[in-house]
Amino acid sequence: MTGRLFQRLCLALLVGWGAAHALTADEARTIASGDTDARIAAINQSLAQADERTALFLQALADDVVKVSGDKVFVVRADKATDPVSGEERTLPADAEDAMLNNRMRGELDTALAAIKLFAADDKDRAAAITTLLSATDEGKLPLVQKALAAEKNEALREQLEMVQAAILLGSPDAAKRLEAARMMADGSNRNTKTVLLERLRVEEDPQVKAALQASLAKVEDRLAWGNRLGAMFSGVSLGSILLLVALGLAITYGLMGVINMAHGELMMVGAYATYVVQGLFQKYLPGGFGWYLVAAVPVAFLAAALVGAALERGVIRFLYGRPLETLLATWGISLMLMQLARTLFGAQNVTVENPFWMSGGVQVMGNLSLPYNRLVIIGFALAVLLGVAWLIARTRLGLFVRGVTQNRPIAACMGVNTARVDTYAFALGSGIAGLAGCALSQIGNVGPDLGQSYIVDAFLVVVLGGVGQLAGTVYAALGLGLLNKFLEGWAGAVLAKIAVLVFIIVFIQKRPQGIFAMKGRSAEA
Amino acid sequence: MKTDDGIRAPAPAVPRPPISLPQRSALLTRAGWSAFVIAALLVGVLAPLLNLVVPQDSALHLSDYAVALLGKIMCYAILALAMDLIWGYTGILSLGHGLFFALGGYVMGMYLMRQIGREGNYKSELPDFMVFLDWKELPWHWALSDSFVATLLLVVLVPGLVAFVFGYFAFRSRIKGVYFSIITQAMTFAAMLLFFRNETGFGGNNGFTDFKRIVGIAIATPMMRMFLFVLTGGCLLGFFLLARALVRAKFGRVLQAIRDGESRIMFCGYSPVGYKLAIWTISAMMCGVAGALYVPQVGIINPSEMSPANSIEIAIWAAVGGRASLVGPIVGAFVVNGAKSWLTVAYPEFWLYFLGALFIAVTLFLPNGIVGLARGWKRGGK
Repeated sequence: MTGRLFQRLCLALLVGWGAAHALTADEARTIASGDTDARIAAINQSLAQADERTALFLQALADDVVKVSGDKVFVVRADKATDPVSGEERTLPADAEDAMLNNRMRGELDTALAAIKLFAADDKDRAAAITTLLSATDEGKLPLVQKALAAEKNEALREQLEMVQAAILLGSPDAAKRLEAARMMADGSNRNTKTVLLERLRVEEDPQVKAALQASLAKVEDRLAWGNRLGAMFSGVSLGSILLLVALGLAITYGLMGVINMAHGELMMVGAYATYVVQGLFQKYLPGGFGWYLVAAVPVAFLAAALVGAALERGVIRFLYGRPLETLLATWGISLMLMQLARTLFGAQNVTVENPFWMSGGVQVMGNLSLPYNRLVIIGFALAVLLGVAWLIARTRLGLFVRGVTQNRPIAACMGVNTARVDTYAFALGSGIAGLAGCALSQIGNVGPDLGQSYIVDAFLVVVLGGVGQLAGTVYAALGLGLLNKFLEGWAGAVLAKIAVLVFIIVFIQKRPQGIFAMKGRSAEA
Repeated sequence: MKTDDGIRAPAPAVPRPPISLPQRSALLTRAGWSAFVIAALLVGVLAPLLNLVVPQDSALHLSDYAVALLGKIMCYAILALAMDLIWGYTGILSLGHGLFFALGGYVMGMYLMRQIGREGNYKSELPDFMVFLDWKELPWHWALSDSFVATLLLVVLVPGLVAFVFGYFAFRSRIKGVYFSIITQAMTFAAMLLFFRNETGFGGNNGFTDFKRIVGIAIATPMMRMFLFVLTGGCLLGFFLLARALVRAKFGRVLQAIRDGESRIMFCGYSPVGYKLAIWTISAMMCGVAGALYVPQVGIINPSEMSPANSIEIAIWAAVGGRASLVGPIVGAFVVNGAKSWLTVAYPEFWLYFLGALFIAVTLFLPNGIVGLARGWKRGGK
């Protein structure tokens, strides 16, 4: 890790750094030891005209590999002591002590390193550096920032850099400069911009600047609030799409067939592990096509879970139709066994499934709102699965049979439908969709034996809330629960939000025991 | 019967047989009473003798480990009995009984925490975890935790009240069957999340542990352990008699009628809500007592007791032993937990396979559990 960072730094400096003056032995000593104020001053001074030696030395300090003996400073890496100024190898004196760092020094070092990274070749590195700098601004870094601004070609990063520049200028003793900076910062959309403005507002005395600051602050806050709202909405939709994927399978097995499948979560786990295995195979035999392993994993996950589901239906569940409570217990037993099986086969530790290249990263929509690609893909995937299931149930022969058997089993049998086979197919379909959900989940979290457990309670609540025997109800319930959960989360924290949602559902079921979309009927059991 | 002129003759006065209500059976049969007395003697006399009087190197000595294990299983047996009342006799599968058990346990745990006094790690009046969180005084719900009498009452009242409120709303809106099961599971899940929080004042993840004494008497002495053991056994036998009396009375018959045909009993003019609510609350109270007995014996209570998996395991104890019989769940609790404590030590990786297979096998092949199997053999032998 450090090695790579090192190389990148050197490269960055070779590319971005023209003439610079070298680190002197004096500077190195003042930075490495002595009074904290003096050290920080020295760091900032060296930054103004830094070269790659300075960068290496500061990095070494941050990595805790700098030692001091008398007035000599050494960098010790891999048991080799070098002189930070010349880079030549030295012998380490016996009395060398570690250069001490307190938290303040560490903070200064981080921003100093970030300032140097403003010239990194990679866009992402520069963006990270800018974000770090925005929260820690002082005038010492102004020349560096201006230099970076002159060299920056990326439009988005340029804007952010201007923000940093403005933030630094806010501290300038010249009121006119401050005024201009305050106005400029109105365009900022970063959380740090707000902090900077607030801090300045506290000490600002010039009334004109103060008014400008307040105006900018209001604008920034407004924009931030929108970003937050949209962000919560997006994560709500994202959670809703995951719940939808999980609950769609249940809507078939429970909603249409009346089977309480407590092993549904474990069928998801089967799908997730299938994805993991496909990933492993691609890594081993087809590394060139690794980016597209997910495309192969989707049908594999579906088939693996569908096969397990069909086996369950044939082996256990078909003996228990019409006895929902017994089905619940038996499938719970199955879920325990499947979980233990996963532990035996893949180990109790979580395994990681990597995102393919086209799913990592995200779209930056606003300063504080970025939409990760993997979430976007999952939302699209959930939609596709939903459409597929709706089509299958409403338009195909299998769907017709499933609906027929659900509505009236004996009559369907009289019409020549092989009801037992339809049961198996429907259950396998529901299980396969669980497998797809597992495949999707593997892209946003770890894959482990407990994967299904964390979603199963939610998934049942979605189905119960949506109403039995209805796909539309499931969709509304999943999205509604997802949004509700995320909005409450922003307001009351994750755990309390979860509890509030559970309480809400319990109360809701009181009012509408049959869910949002109840089947109309006149039965004493209703 | 028609006469010649087609006029319906008055029906002849056939003596109607008197309406015969089923004979009210005795609380226990003669054999039943003998078995009951033997069980009482085993728990109340033999176990203390074997543990306290018989020297340690003797083959007959009952080890402290065995006492602790049996005491724990007897608590579980109370739970299974409570589950049987609500599931076996009333047909309502609760997947949230672990919550009532844990609530009883927490009430007792709060009392035991207060009994530690100033002997905690921080030498403070407050329990250690509160000092750790930098709290200055006890939160409101700890107000009564200092009094033993109040604790004994709350052990029953808190789970009872929670069950009553929850059950009132659930039964009133006629939530039943699988819906009810799922909602109870959500209930215990929500409670678990709540108790995991530090700021709710229940010790967060770690719960309560490191108890020192109960009513001023050190808790770790052999005498005290034996006393708790005998008390648990006594409670189990007492609850057995209570359950027997309940299901034998008209109340119990209505419960079974609700189980077998709820619409039909409604058409007969009964409102099932009151009956369901009563047995649900009684069942929860029994769980609370079991929890209160469990905590001082095991020495710890934490939110994982409320996990849905624990609650569902209670159902399997009852199912293995045999639902709708009162001895069944007790037998089931002993068999399953005995197997658990042996398997988790001997073959830890196989325990879940075994438990899972047990769930499947019992539902597929043993709908009446071990007791049903035994009855079948008895009848076949005759």
